[in-house]
Amino acid sequence: MLNQYETVFIATPVLSESQMKEAVAKFKKIVTDSKGEIVYEEDWGLKKLAYPIQKKSTGFYHLIEFRAEPDLIAKLEVEYRRDERILRFLTMKMEKYAVAYAEKKRARKSAEQKQENE
Amino acid sequence: MAQDNSEIRYLTPPTVEIKKKKYCRFRKSRIRYIDYKDPEFLKKFLNEQGKILPRRLTGTSLKFQRKIAVAIKRARHLALLPYVTDMLK
Repeated sequence: MLNQYETVFIATPVLSESQMKEAVAKFKKIVTDSKGEIVYEEDWGLKKLAYPIQKKSTGFYHLIEFRAEPDLIAKLEVEYRRDERILRFLTMKMEKYAVAYAEKKRARKSAEQKQENE
Repeated sequence: MAQDNSEIRYLTPPTVEIKKKKYCRFRKSRIRYIDYKDPEFLKKFLNEQGKILPRRLTGTSLKFQRKIAVAIKRARHLALLPYVTDMLK
């Protein structure tokens, strides 16, 4: 049974842009290697944290939405824990309303971008 | 004289509160999913110290109060909202 999941992680702010891209690519590869299908991803960039984590006050946020088998999650979270570049992560199973909400949000966003381009 | 007795007189007139009926904003506007990635929206359900407001103040239905609590806790985990603070608003 394929489920839809959403994962957000916070990477340390000391990374350079290419290092960050490499980290994102690594986690995307973990998903795709276990026959996961990436639905959407979003880079929030460098954001201020509401409270310090590991003595850092900022972090790079990245969101990945994907469809995969449930056993992938354990694998992904182990990788998150092993990676010292990751400050925090959250993986959430999306119920049907969450999926609908995400799709609606994306549709709105792409419509806005279209308007800007015109 | 009889007319005066029928009416109770107060020195200061009692203020009769007109209670505004509370309602669940999620049921009213048909929101089904509460996004933890939107801290500005979730702040409506927090007090100045970042604590979750009770249902009796916000009027949220039980079903959505549970969802709000989960969303706020997720946002806190991701450092989008603070666990403890002062002067949040």
